[in-house]
Amino acid sequence: MATMRVNELAKDDFFWQIEYKHDRCTLCGRCVAACPFKAIEARVERRRKVVSDDITPNPKVIFQTVPVIKQVVNEYNFCRGCGICEKVCPNDAIRPVRNPDHRFQAKYRSVTGDPFKRGGRNNLVTSARTLDKIKIGRISQMTDPSLDAQRHTFDLLAPFGRVLPPQEIPFEIKDGKLVEREHTPPVRWIYPIIIGDMSIGALSWRMWEALAIATAYLNEEAGIPIRMCTGEGGVPVRLLKSRYLKYMILQIASGHFGWNRIINAMPEMVEDPAGILIKIGQGAKPGDGGLLQAKKVAKHIQEIRGVPKADLLSPPNHQGLYSIEESVQKMFLSFNAAFKFRVPVAIKVAASATSVSVYNNLLRDPYNIVGGFFLDGIDGGTGAAHEISLDHTGHPIVSKLRDCYLAAVHQGKQGQIPLWAAGGMGKGWNLAADAFKMICLGANGIFTGKLMLQLAGCVGNDNGKCNACNTGLCPVGICTQNPILVKRLDIDKVAENIVNYFLSVDHELKKLMAPIGNSSLPVGRSDALIATDKAVADRLKIQYAC
Amino acid sequence: MCRIGAIKSKNYLHPSKALYLMRSQQKGHDNSGFAMVMQDLGGVFENYKDLPILSLACTDRGMKIADDILHEAGFVRMMQWTPEVHPRDWLKIEPMPNYIFEVVQYPKSYKYASKDEKEELLVDMRLKIRQALEENHEGYVYSFWPDVITLKEIGDPTDIGEYFGLWEENDELKAKIITAQCRQNTNYDIVRYAAHPFFLQGYTALANGENTFYEKNKNFQEKLYKGYIGFESDSQCFLYTLHYIHKILKWPLIYYKHVITPLPFEDIEKREDREVLKKIRASLAHLEINGPNTIIGVLPDGTLFTCCDSKKLRPVVVGYTDDTVIITSEVTGINELLPERNWEKDIYPHEREMVVINNNLEVERWQQ
Ligand code: SF4
Ligand code: SF4
Repeated sequence: MATMRVNELAKDDFFWQIEYKHDRCTLCGRCVAACPFKAIEARVERRRKVVSDDITPNPKVIFQTVPVIKQVVNEYNFCRGCGICEKVCPNDAIRPVRNPDHRFQAKYRSVTGDPFKRGGRNNLVTSARTLDKIKIGRISQMTDPSLDAQRHTFDLLAPFGRVLPPQEIPFEIKDGKLVEREHTPPVRWIYPIIIGDMSIGALSWRMWEALAIATAYLNEEAGIPIRMCTGEGGVPVRLLKSRYLKYMILQIASGHFGWNRIINAMPEMVEDPAGILIKIGQGAKPGDGGLLQAKKVAKHIQEIRGVPKADLLSPPNHQGLYSIEESVQKMFLSFNAAFKFRVPVAIKVAASATSVSVYNNLLRDPYNIVGGFFLDGIDGGTGAAHEISLDHTGHPIVSKLRDCYLAAVHQGKQGQIPLWAAGGMGKGWNLAADAFKMICLGANGIFTGKLMLQLAGCVGNDNGKCNACNTGLCPVGICTQNPILVKRLDIDKVAENIVNYFLSVDHELKKLMAPIGNSSLPVGRSDALIATDKAVADRLKIQYAC
Repeated sequence: MCRIGAIKSKNYLHPSKALYLMRSQQKGHDNSGFAMVMQDLGGVFENYKDLPILSLACTDRGMKIADDILHEAGFVRMMQWTPEVHPRDWLKIEPMPNYIFEVVQYPKSYKYASKDEKEELLVDMRLKIRQALEENHEGYVYSFWPDVITLKEIGDPTDIGEYFGLWEENDELKAKIITAQCRQNTNYDIVRYAAHPFFLQGYTALANGENTFYEKNKNFQEKLYKGYIGFESDSQCFLYTLHYIHKILKWPLIYYKHVITPLPFEDIEKREDREVLKKIRASLAHLEINGPNTIIGVLPDGTLFTCCDSKKLRPVVVGYTDDTVIITSEVTGINELLPERNWEKDIYPHEREMVVINNNLEVERWQQ
């Protein structure tokens, strides 16, 4: 008897199995051509066939070699379940089917000796989200009329920048009027939703461009002053020198990728950027640096970032920064000074059990220099990460945002360093509801990333579908630099979808503000919320309702 | 809804005027309470203008607690006046055993103290007495300030007037500024403290409406000044903001409106002082009010003003003659007291306006 090859990989080990209907397949080859992962291939099979050539039945058994489409079985070309094959097949002949009995991660690690990496989503938490257990329960009526979302005006703007307590604003009274005596930290009033930091490099240049186009359009045509954060990895010089820079928040992270070119372009900038965001950490890989694998470091990315083709690893921390005070000093010295104190400088950290101490500390910063505290929860992140980080490290955002807000309240300093929070915003497809609830819990605004990818046509989800953002093989051209795959992305369509989505979000935000009778953002109005879950209510200090 | 009113006059007025002002608007409230603050006092208090007056509703024990605290701090009683009460079975009122208005002399150690020091002392004393009374459920202290008395009562305003004998004019109780409100609190439990007007260090505020930013306001105000306590009513926040802007930050009164109902950004951008307004808006976002409101306020110097929420969802009207100005919820109130005035000059302030009456009784309209 032959040896049982039980330790070898089989189709049954995969997350996804290809269901192929031989009888429907016309062998057009589209699926094979479309699968970026080379998870399927054309092969031949020897098939037993029963045929009858006579007028009367006269069955004969013949053996024939027929071409078929087959799933590839190895650790590198495994099917991600992206479903592109099904999308391109004209005959419904092929599709990936989830395999509940997979054991791929074990196989992968035991064969490659390498941690399993992927992009996309946290694949473990798929139950109802905390935000979905919260409703807006205080509805104005009778003595306190609700507003009319169509007729009334609403002020949907949030501060970005260091807000001084009133006694510290250098006001003096002249002719019965307050006038400013000297410079104060810049505060920009922007839309309470920022398109969150996804780098050019992690995203394809076309995806990144689509976001930039949508941002400019929203600002200039739709009157929605939204900002986009560039992510770490630089900015095309053309954009740095354009007037659109004012809609961009430039990010610097521990790898400092792309900053050379930003600094070199400064003399030629016609506009200040919207802000600077210093990234200390992010939700998907807290305590871990950014990771752009060499396969995604295409020529233009090398140019923008000023690097050779190699794996680009941002260190987990900023080298040379060993304390909060130092990081504040760094912001103070480099960035504020570089832009002559005209541009707000904010900081982004991964939500963690310790974020509150960091925030408390920043609130006491004597230089009044931190222009925003960006908190990124466990559901954040695109790009590439070790699966172990994606699924098992990090802190949910809702309670941590709340903790930070209440810590500021405790110090009587709420609003002084605006709070921005993200990590799973819009995961249930409704960004407006998430934003509104987060604002009621104390956020000044939120930032969102992955939802933008969904709007662009990302086929991934939270159940392990696709999540191949790290591979450089994104099947829809969002997270890859492969010119053929990138062409799959229709820039104008993506920009249009994003613009349309924000138009509806804007409308929906007003629809939520109107019934609680608020014409400006209800920051900290947790009395407007109720939780249908007792534990959530207790933890967030909001009313419980059942 | 509450009905609120303020009368400011060149002559001393008896509180019956406030009762008449309120009674004519009684269809608009629920007859559950009446409260008033009298400032710039005449009658029995006329000769004690500079001395603090404690306004107290309490039990016998409460009276002793308050006296002991004052005594211990070195205050000396100069005069005490209690209204003569007329209990009747049918009166709808829940009175306290004692109502005391006590004029005291500052402690000797404060002989050379600055105005500020004295003012802080008065707040400290009031808070101390309030806490002591609260712990023992022995009563309420409404104000402790020179030339000011406060009365708050639960019940039917007509009956409250009857009980204290306030319907009949006499020379005992008189003031040049009287602010009054009808109705007890609806948002929370009935608490005597929750009735408007609210008073702090010479500032008085009363409001008709709902403050949907109450929680934001409160969370922020609690940390700003020791006197910002209680929060039994969402309208109390308006007083604290007024006090904070004008007394603590020392900003001109016009900025009160900019803080509580900031201009929309669109409008701010059109103004020359946009940078200042945006700074204020960012810095004091937590003092903004939302929801329907009309506010009447009095400053320590006797300036009277009114303003509304930014959508003007609550009514208010100002009517005046040469020697009297009335600000109140409904015009019927003014008709009752000033039937002969030129009603064409009545002002219905709009959402971006403050109507301000100075001590010469000049009526100014400030646009935000
Ligand atoms: S689902 Fe995606 S990865 Fe799997 S075979 Fe089809 S195209 Fe390839
Ligand atoms: S479609 Fe692209 S962006 Fe979406 S999960 Fe797959 S690889 Fe990532």
